[in-house]
Amino acid sequence: MNKPVALEMKKVSKYFGTLAANKDVDLTVYRGEILAILGENGCGKTTLMNMIAGIYYPDHGTIAVDGQEVVIRSPKDAFRHGIGMIHQHFKLVDLFTAAENIVLGVDSEEKFNIRDVNRRVQEIADKYGFRIDPKKKIYEMSVSEKQTVEILKVLYRGADILILDEPSAVLTPQETDKLFDILRRMRADGKSILIITHKLHEVLSISDRVAVLRKGEHVATVETAQTNESQLTEMMVGKKVELNIDRPEPKNVTDRLEIKHLSMTDAEGVKILDDVSFTARSGEILGIAGIAGSGQKELLESIAGLCHPIEGEILYHNPKNDTTENLRDKDPVAIRELGVRLSFVPEDRLGMGLVGNMDLVDNMMLRSYRKGHSMFVDRKKPGDLAKKIVEELEVSTPSTHTPVRRLSGGNVQKVLVGREIAAAPTVLMAAYPVRGLDINSSYTIYGLLTKQKEQGVSVIFVGEDLDVLVELCDRILVICGGRVTGILDGRKTTKEEIGLLMTKAERADAPELTEKEGN
Amino acid sequence: MNMFLDYLLTAIPLGMTFLFGCTGEILTEKSGHLNLGIPGIMCMGGACGCLALHVMYGSALPPFLILILAVLAAFAGGVLMGMIYSFLTVSLKANQNVTGLAMTTFGVGTTKFIMSSLATEAMSYLYALDYFRFPFADSSTSLKYCGVLMYVAILIALAASFVLSRTKVGLHLRAVGENPATADAVGINVTLYKYVATGIGSGIAALGGLYYIMDYSGSYEAYKSIEALGWLAVALVIFTLWRPHISIIGSILFGMLYLAGSHLPTLLGIRLDMSATPLLQMLPYVVTIVVLIVTSVSKKRENQPPAALGLPYFREER
Amino acid sequence: MKKPNNTSLHEPAFHIVKRDTIPLGKAMLIRVAAVAAALLLCSVLSVLLINANPFEFIETLIDGAVGSARRLWKLAKDSAVLLCISLAVTPAFRMRFWNIGAEGQTLIGALAAVAVAFYLGGSLPNTVLLVLMLLAAVLAGAVWGCIPAIFKALWKTNETLFTLMMNYVATGLVSFFLVIWTPSGSSVLGALSVGHLPIVFHEYFLLIAITLILTFVVHIYLSRTKQGYEISVVGESENTARYIGIGVGKVIIRTMIVSGAICGLAGFLIVGALDHSITTTTVGGLGFTAIMASWLAKFNPIVMIGSSAFITFLDQGSAQISTNFNIDSSFPDMVVGIVLFFIIGCEFFISYRLKFRDSDQNAKKGGAGK
Repeated sequence: MNKPVALEMKKVSKYFGTLAANKDVDLTVYRGEILAILGENGCGKTTLMNMIAGIYYPDHGTIAVDGQEVVIRSPKDAFRHGIGMIHQHFKLVDLFTAAENIVLGVDSEEKFNIRDVNRRVQEIADKYGFRIDPKKKIYEMSVSEKQTVEILKVLYRGADILILDEPSAVLTPQETDKLFDILRRMRADGKSILIITHKLHEVLSISDRVAVLRKGEHVATVETAQTNESQLTEMMVGKKVELNIDRPEPKNVTDRLEIKHLSMTDAEGVKILDDVSFTARSGEILGIAGIAGSGQKELLESIAGLCHPIEGEILYHNPKNDTTENLRDKDPVAIRELGVRLSFVPEDRLGMGLVGNMDLVDNMMLRSYRKGHSMFVDRKKPGDLAKKIVEELEVSTPSTHTPVRRLSGGNVQKVLVGREIAAAPTVLMAAYPVRGLDINSSYTIYGLLTKQKEQGVSVIFVGEDLDVLVELCDRILVICGGRVTGILDGRKTTKEEIGLLMTKAERADAPELTEKEGN
Repeated sequence: MNMFLDYLLTAIPLGMTFLFGCTGEILTEKSGHLNLGIPGIMCMGGACGCLALHVMYGSALPPFLILILAVLAAFAGGVLMGMIYSFLTVSLKANQNVTGLAMTTFGVGTTKFIMSSLATEAMSYLYALDYFRFPFADSSTSLKYCGVLMYVAILIALAASFVLSRTKVGLHLRAVGENPATADAVGINVTLYKYVATGIGSGIAALGGLYYIMDYSGSYEAYKSIEALGWLAVALVIFTLWRPHISIIGSILFGMLYLAGSHLPTLLGIRLDMSATPLLQMLPYVVTIVVLIVTSVSKKRENQPPAALGLPYFREER
Repeated sequence: MKKPNNTSLHEPAFHIVKRDTIPLGKAMLIRVAAVAAALLLCSVLSVLLINANPFEFIETLIDGAVGSARRLWKLAKDSAVLLCISLAVTPAFRMRFWNIGAEGQTLIGALAAVAVAFYLGGSLPNTVLLVLMLLAAVLAGAVWGCIPAIFKALWKTNETLFTLMMNYVATGLVSFFLVIWTPSGSSVLGALSVGHLPIVFHEYFLLIAITLILTFVVHIYLSRTKQGYEISVVGESENTARYIGIGVGKVIIRTMIVSGAICGLAGFLIVGALDHSITTTTVGGLGFTAIMASWLAKFNPIVMIGSSAFITFLDQGSAQISTNFNIDSSFPDMVVGIVLFFIIGCEFFISYRLKFRDSDQNAKKGGAGK
């Protein structure tokens, strides 16, 4: 590789509190190459890139552009050095046209005239082969068009180093192919492209080199031509870590919740769930693995009645009277009235599961306040419950009258899980229940879930740490891009197997087969 | 026909009072701030202008200079009020509604205070300003209402419209009101834009108060009706869907509705019951409500209030 | 890792941090300091404007507000009316529904009460008439409040602008009826001879007592009932409301009916106990002042007794100053305005903290000096 060096990071570290997001990372990017940044969720890929793009400032280390050490404190600084980043969440003004968004905030001496801007945008688009109408409003655009605008925004500012944060996450395979063609054209034009991803086949098809990150550290950078999927997976997930989570054998297993051909679209009409089918059973923990944003949230929310699928069925087998109910299109109150005891620990604890400004007692009431015919709320039982949870789960709080937002993450989670378990559920769904929790709190939560399983509850656990999934769950459902790519036996599978299924863009060759295997 | 012209010629100058307030409020709202202090600010504009006239009373300044100084004083008064509002809502992130209403309480009270302590003789200047009326006006026709500030109102509205839709400053300002986080991310100084838009907007609105006292009515007592007109200016902003050039027409329409009670009967040759007047005066508000409903039901994006209207912007610590 | 080697460039001298919690005492101290600073400014102004010394200013202010039994009663009466309307807007505000239409909702309630008395007066016994007036006022207020709520619930129509416009429609209706009711064309409706609330103990006693009971009722409604609980949940997080299956639209409409109904009650009290008539300025801006009183009390009905009394105190006290020093009667508006600016501003120092660059380490102590 005798291309000139475009960007060089040396010993770059970034801490959030005591947590190291990046630690002593070295990275070199050449002119005219595509470098893939590969790693699991939370391995520090985005943080690292944000430091190049001026969103974060490194705590240690140096960044050099074209051999010159530079200080990048803001996106504007980054642009001054020819660096531009396309974020996963688009930062566009919906009401503006593509061209207006592209020119927004650009300093120039020239007299502003939107027609000139339109023309220039069209020129850049034509040069690299983008299809775009500069006069189209953002709110009329598809996701891929919006992404195009973001890329053009960066190119318009004359960036030579482009960072794309999981660009294919929002695209169809065809759109992804088109994007990759454009990226290759940019590479031919001498631009350096960093692409954050965790899809292995994309890494192999587009990049020249791959830098692998794990737990904030740089594992290695390898030539794409000299590596393969299994080597990359191994570098990405690392060696298996023994957690020693207690996992009793499931007992009295019966089908509790049956999901059939569930499909759902988001506000923009993009499919978030695509023909999802599986069964959750009593007395076992069903893990759901997948890259963040693969449809886990929508799946749980549609079971809980918070959002409504366009196709499919959600069948609940009631153990009490042996009847079967279809929960689809019912709201949470209607589901409850059917006698379905469904508990849900959502991902967004303080924005959905709990009310941050309310105290523990009032938060306990969220589920139960409707009980009884009195127009007054009864705070006695919720108060007792709050005390019980504080004692049993060792929640550290000044009192049960403290607003929950003042508790630490682990304690907030204990309160939420405690409340959901207290409702004596038959199905318990938990989304990322240990995210951000310390080791001890995490084990408390694992213990609680396992105990529920032993009591015959059907537990659905959405997790991100593969080590935990393979030690905690009886079966693991893997989804990728809203599709089920496999259902595995938790006792037999490996992290590598899950990792491969998580990054598979296509549906498993024969999903039915995989499912049978899992059974 | 002559009667209609007469009607129109009284409605246009009255409408310009709304137009000043409306243009000012549009600029403020485009930066994401709902300034309910506009009626108070318009009052203050009138008061500061009259205060300037009072100070200049007895000096040998030429009339045009007096006019200009009075206008500048009104503008400055408005900017000052705008700065108080911006400081509280932008820098101190106070609730916009509460702050705006307090501005109105304060502005109306202070105006009354100032106006009541001014020497009424100074107000004779108001008549001297007849020089600056429509060239062919004599005091017997409706044209006598068409003073120089009336044209200023239209020019300012056109200028505001041009700035908002054609210039980069306007583009940035609209971005701030639509999506401050995005504007911030591309390096636009959100705070500065909010301050400047609110300041200039308040200054323009303040001119409306002075215009109404000095140019339209030529009466010192006129300050008492400014507050009510100010609320109509706020209504006009919604009615014209945040577009200054439409508000030129809108303000005339509002002027006609406001005066309908006294002109319609003669115009149509019918006898309206006295009770119809209040109903007609209610019309601008009803029409505004209808517009508000229709736009929210139709959900056409271009016609919605600025997306970040009323929301404080707080860039989370990085 | 606390101090990177090159952070000194372009780093702002301080940045703003949201406070987690603040001791009540400290919060009160900041507020008292703000009021003191505002009054200081007012007294300086008064020195400049009316040549009174600051002590005279404060003395007259206090004397004017509470200087005699009659003034005390007046203070209590005016506070009660303001409190009543503040209580009305509070349920909506707790839900983060910006109802700035209390002025119109109260006025329409008063109008309905007067209309009942005007048309039915004389033909019914006073008690029946009063009950009908009350019902009409409450109903009218509720309707006026619920119209914007329906549109908000169905189409997310901006409630601030809607309720604001509704105020002036109400004013228009009042002037319309005044024209109809006064054949002479004066539009001045003389005091009604019927539909007076009975005088118990003192002219204003009943009004004050009703308002205090109402305060208690609203407090209980908000803090102890299921509906009040739902209001808090919707106000805090619509997402949580969705999560537990609360119909947000339904709560919005129901709450605005409550809000408007209490405004209607306030209108009835103004007519039945005080004015016995109506003009377009019967509410006289109290609907707007109430928003500030409610906000100052952090939407807590009990604290609202204090905030309404405080605003009325300033108003009445500075009115005395304008009388004593022979200045315009608008002086109170200026004083109230200035004090409000300071209190509004000081809330920032209660919710946020300025964190100075050098004091990063001992940020916990965080000086929120003014």
